[in-house]
Amino acid sequence: MSLAETPSGARDDGELGDAAKLTRKDFESDQDVRWCPGCGDYAILAQVQKLMPELAVARENTVFVSGIGCSSRFPYYMNTYGFHGIHGRAPALATGLKLARPELSVWIVTGDGDGLSIGGNHLIHLLRRNLDVNVLLFNNEIYGLTKGQYSPTSRQGLVTKSSPLGVVDPPFDVASLALGAGATFIARTVDVESRHMLEVLRRAALHKGTSFVEIVQNCPVFNDGVHEELTDRAIKNDHQLLLEHGKPLLFGEGLRKGIRLRADLSPEVVSLDEVDIGQIALHDETSPVMTQLLARLGRQGLPMPLGVLRCVAGVPRYEQAVRAQVVEARAAKGAGDFDALFRSGETWTVG
Amino acid sequence: MSQPSSSPPSKRLEVVDTVVIRFAGDSGDGMQVTGSKFSTESALAGNDIATLPDYPAEIRAPAGTLAGVSGFQLHFSSKKVLTPGDAPGVLVAMNPAALRANVGDLVAGGILILDGDAFSKSNLAKAGYADHPAKTGELARWRVFEIPMTRLTTKALSDMDLPQRSMVRCRNFFALGLCSWLYQRSTEETQRWIAARFKKTPALVEANTRVLKAGWNFGDTTELFGTRYEVRPASIAPGLYTSITGNQATAWGLMAGAAKAGLQLVYGSYPITPASEILHELCAHKQFGVVTFQAEDEIAAIGAAIGASFGGAIGVTASSGPGLALKTEAIGLAVMTELPLVVVNVQRGGPSTGLPTKTEQADLLQAVYGRNGECPVAVIAASTPTDCFDAAMEAVQTAVKYMTPVILLTDGYLANGAQPWKIPNFADLAGEPASFRTQAEGFQPYLRDPDTLARPWAKPGTPGLEHRIGGIEKDYDSGNISYAPANHERMVRVRAQKVARIADSLAATEVTGSELGEAVVVGWGSTFGAIEEAVERLNAEGLAIGHVHLRWLSPLPKDLGKVLRRFRTVIVAELNLGQLVRLLRDQLTIDATAINKVEGLPFTAAQLTETIRAVTAQRRREERR
Repeated sequence: MSLAETPSGARDDGELGDAAKLTRKDFESDQDVRWCPGCGDYAILAQVQKLMPELAVARENTVFVSGIGCSSRFPYYMNTYGFHGIHGRAPALATGLKLARPELSVWIVTGDGDGLSIGGNHLIHLLRRNLDVNVLLFNNEIYGLTKGQYSPTSRQGLVTKSSPLGVVDPPFDVASLALGAGATFIARTVDVESRHMLEVLRRAALHKGTSFVEIVQNCPVFNDGVHEELTDRAIKNDHQLLLEHGKPLLFGEGLRKGIRLRADLSPEVVSLDEVDIGQIALHDETSPVMTQLLARLGRQGLPMPLGVLRCVAGVPRYEQAVRAQVVEARAAKGAGDFDALFRSGETWTVG
Repeated sequence: MSQPSSSPPSKRLEVVDTVVIRFAGDSGDGMQVTGSKFSTESALAGNDIATLPDYPAEIRAPAGTLAGVSGFQLHFSSKKVLTPGDAPGVLVAMNPAALRANVGDLVAGGILILDGDAFSKSNLAKAGYADHPAKTGELARWRVFEIPMTRLTTKALSDMDLPQRSMVRCRNFFALGLCSWLYQRSTEETQRWIAARFKKTPALVEANTRVLKAGWNFGDTTELFGTRYEVRPASIAPGLYTSITGNQATAWGLMAGAAKAGLQLVYGSYPITPASEILHELCAHKQFGVVTFQAEDEIAAIGAAIGASFGGAIGVTASSGPGLALKTEAIGLAVMTELPLVVVNVQRGGPSTGLPTKTEQADLLQAVYGRNGECPVAVIAASTPTDCFDAAMEAVQTAVKYMTPVILLTDGYLANGAQPWKIPNFADLAGEPASFRTQAEGFQPYLRDPDTLARPWAKPGTPGLEHRIGGIEKDYDSGNISYAPANHERMVRVRAQKVARIADSLAATEVTGSELGEAVVVGWGSTFGAIEEAVERLNAEGLAIGHVHLRWLSPLPKDLGKVLRRFRTVIVAELNLGQLVRLLRDQLTIDATAINKVEGLPFTAAQLTETIRAVTAQRRREERR
């Protein structure tokens, strides 16, 4: 246990108590995991179960909430409290839960269909409110549970059961959407990059506010290899831009390539063989301009940023602000008194 | 101004039992204030009262048009008052549009008080009058008092340094002063209210008070009115009273129910007419620990309520018909996860957007049956504005006891209507504390209480009770996901039985009027007052007619069939095309004669009296054949 900060759900007194003794095994439920063989979700489940004991949050103080879809089966496999909701509504369920019980550690597990299509409205409002929950959005760019229709992140031209001549609508740019909605924490990782994922999940757990993590995930049945550029060892170095706060944006074999900004702030790839490292843009997690720039990168034939695109601390959290008004009202008016309330309007006596 | 009247002896004093008065004007004319202040004066005079505002769907329709007319009706009496009154006997109309929109309701021979100054050519044209109706003989059926209220108002304020516009805006208090004089109401309370309301602008306190007095003095000194009226105090149960609207009572009942259960109230809501006042009321009382959440949409509102209930609070959401339609899937989730939840439907005219500001009872079948799958919920309906308090408390208590969603049906008529409420002592109100499972040994999330069939409520934070729930069918014993055919049917049946068991604790069905005999009128919800009054009138005529008013629509009381079969004819009166009728046919195999109205308006007692009389007469003729 080496976390500098404590996540939601941890004991107030800073002690770990019994939670210190928890192991990964303690977070595995007795249910058989039933995703398809080779599904990226297994790897995500493994990393989340690995992270949990490290956070030292008691199992009973942890709740996984989900909507509908392959990803949304996740809560059944976690030996914590769990709520498998209805399609797209996990953020709504989690909002009520967190408003009632701000002390809990709440995780939302969703997918590109659940979170960005039917539940898109809830997701953007969750992000703007900055409720202190962690959102894991598994993005496989396809509807899996309904057997292979295109999703709002499917790329144009993709042939699926519902787009035999290719997808016509342009996909959401997930990170830009989150940024536009006011997210205070935006990160991206890949299902097969277990160490990277664990680090990103750790950062998400410790962020106070809505942590939005897009996990690029492979559906081996309906959209196999869609993220190959990021996962194929032979080429991934040229396509992954691993982010570190304050460090230059470098990628490629031996980190010899970098992102330089032109005068109009548009990005270009340069080689360190030709330019000085001082010309390479520095990552700044707190800069919305940098986040916007990074969010658009993967779509322009430039490498896909992985890691924390944005992390802004100290933004008021929704559940805290809501509860603070209750405290304020009590300070100003005293604890509620029903007999006084009933007599607060004009009254008259009969008899 | 409760000063002894200096009326010249020429003014006659007439004692009357009951008055129904309607104030109507442009929506900017302050008619709601006038009406509610006159109501308070009447309650303070000891009358029983009921009120009903009637305002346009548009916030500010063009001034002077029919669409912009706002009204407020008050029924006050020395006898028991059951409704805001059928047809007004007095109409105060502040402009031609208000006259045109309302005069058709005024009883023949009724008093019509007009602001003559507002009957300009352009205002007449906006209301569709070619000429002043007082001059064309159109108003001959009524006693017309045309008073230059605007001029008298500005004259009373002529020495004050106020813009003309502000002066004219005071004229609603002229009407109030005049009516207060006419019915011998003290205006002391109104003067106190004016002083408090306009505290920040002393000139307006002075102006409104002066105009109020000018109205009173006008009645007192001019020869226009030959008669004043006296409505003596009603015999009302002794106690301390306040006036409460249905929506306010619903909000307070939800709070009180949650407090009695020892639960935090988490209210998720999306603005919608006519339910929004519940949100406004609840968010004003955060010191009670009430958490309100104005959600991004109706689905999020109920989703948050369900999430809060999972967390061990009592989740509540409210809406009106279109919003309920959006919440349907989530209600199913609460049925499946067996969490306590209260869903308030303040019904309005439908379908679709329908008549947002008008009342209707057409969401009954939606409440009882309107979900995918076999999806039983408990449904309770409030019958009067003050009953909204008791029904809301009962809804919370039932939801918690049986771990089930409860739909509370009210409607626009109850929501906006007001009634005197005998203030209870909070300590005397009934209510059980909620209990949470804490023991880990033998815990399974769907194991049931043998009496109520409720599953245990195990909230996050309780060690050893970690469990997962969701919308997928669960195994009867373990609560794990189960697709087993026999298990599904067993779960479907047990969820239905659980809701049916609520009937075990319901009181015996009460019949008012005749206990048995010719006919029984069955109603539910806001039609209570009109049916009760109609049945009282028919009983007075010697007809053996009873009234059963249903509070629980799901489940129905166990003795209902037996009670209804004591009568030769069952009549169901409701503001839809026959929904309770279908429910009774379906569940009790009782056929009934339907009395229906779908005009966006409540029944009047007169209408019902006549229709019930006709129905029973018809039945007698059929029996003789």
